[in-house]
Amino acid sequence: MAESVIGTEILKNLCGDPQRFFYSKLELILPKQGRSVSAGRDPVFGGVDLNKIVDADTAVQGIKDGAVVMVGGFGLVGGPLGLVDALIRKGVKDLTIISNNLGEPGRGLGRLLLSNQVRRAIGSYFTSNPDVIRYHREGRLEVTVLPQGTFAEAIRAGGAGIPAFFTPTAMGTALTVDKEVRRFGELDCVLEEGLRADVALVKANKADTLGNLTYYKTARNFNPVMATAADLVIAEVDELVDVGELSPEAIVTPHLYVDRLVLGGKR
Amino acid sequence: MNDQEKRVLIARRAALELQNGDVVNLGIGIPTMVADYLRAGVEIFLHTENGMLGVGPTPSQDEIDPNLVNAGKLPVSELPGASYFDSATSFSMIRGGHVDVAIMGALQVDEQGNVANWSVPGQDVLGVGGAMDLAAGARRVIVTATHTTKSGAAKIVKKCTLPVTAFGRADTIITELGVFVFRRGRLTLVELAPGVGLPDVRCRTEADFEVAEPLLPMAI
Repeated sequence: MAESVIGTEILKNLCGDPQRFFYSKLELILPKQGRSVSAGRDPVFGGVDLNKIVDADTAVQGIKDGAVVMVGGFGLVGGPLGLVDALIRKGVKDLTIISNNLGEPGRGLGRLLLSNQVRRAIGSYFTSNPDVIRYHREGRLEVTVLPQGTFAEAIRAGGAGIPAFFTPTAMGTALTVDKEVRRFGELDCVLEEGLRADVALVKANKADTLGNLTYYKTARNFNPVMATAADLVIAEVDELVDVGELSPEAIVTPHLYVDRLVLGGKR
Repeated sequence: MNDQEKRVLIARRAALELQNGDVVNLGIGIPTMVADYLRAGVEIFLHTENGMLGVGPTPSQDEIDPNLVNAGKLPVSELPGASYFDSATSFSMIRGGHVDVAIMGALQVDEQGNVANWSVPGQDVLGVGGAMDLAAGARRVIVTATHTTKSGAAKIVKKCTLPVTAFGRADTIITELGVFVFRRGRLTLVELAPGVGLPDVRCRTEADFEVAEPLLPMAI
């Protein structure tokens, strides 16, 4: 309560009536790159930053060597490819990538791998990219494979403040060796830990300028859960609209999860 | 019977297992073909673990939407009543018992209903996808596979030697030679394919199995 009052005061000081700011036209907001005004506290730039809309290179500022980065997408579908390109331009190294796959050979996260920026990958299916197999064999990439549902649930739990959970999936298999087991009724379950990241790079279809997100068909996949599970969440979107244009019923990711918005190219 | 004829026979027989209104998840390969052989009057709802219920048939070339794919990353279409959801929700459906039937391929199935289908020895084990979740969570697991490997090795074995996907989860096994179910915990041959004799099945099956009385011809 106290904080929201203070926030309103700051808004008034910065841009007059906060209502007017939120309803202002997109073109007035777009030119303000990086550090203008925003509804949230930017975890990297700090302070109160009311404009979440930045370009891709500005968005990935503050991602350091060794960072743990979640990347949405199922293969290349629903992957934030513009943000991955920005990570490659930035050249940060020793990244731990949490993503269902590592792209395809030379595409998406597959490019990030070939530029030798990935030290570790956590996901469910890396077999479709032969480069991953090669890097792993050569000892240049550490790989952790989780069943896809366990992987998704671990991210959900991480974003929901649940440090660990028991699941029957993969019980007794090679993927759960050495994991804690407990029996619930007739069901043996393994303990899996929640996953969180320093940064999540997600892809959405439409965003309003507050950062509310909607998705498109099966490009949704891991993006909404990853948006909940990182300290800094950057969304690459196909389209930016004014606040009020998205139906509140259609918003999948409410804006409180989203720190930065980048207008991407075509889907 | 050539390989394709075997696959069609298996898919046609598996389609008969589906009931009107079932929510079904189809794996890659023969399971995908099952959707083409549904009985008249049977409407099913296809679930794909990358986040969709109501998957429609493969679209024509000019109707392909690169953001509308199935778990095999192949283009699909959207039927009326379809819905999209995130991956965590999708697997909540699977684990939570909301998917009626999962039809999946197998490298091996054994007398205990253990299924092995995610990893081949000698290859790097860098991918499992949704196989373990589906095998553990679907209400009913139907395994469809050719009866033996290309080199003639039995796939229905006493005990899986390949890494297991889920233990004791197979309910029905359909091959080009016949149909097996687990009855009172015992692997039981219930149907024989046309032109196949019991000795054919015995000599190409490593597992011990019971034979149902009566042993029926394979429904197709």
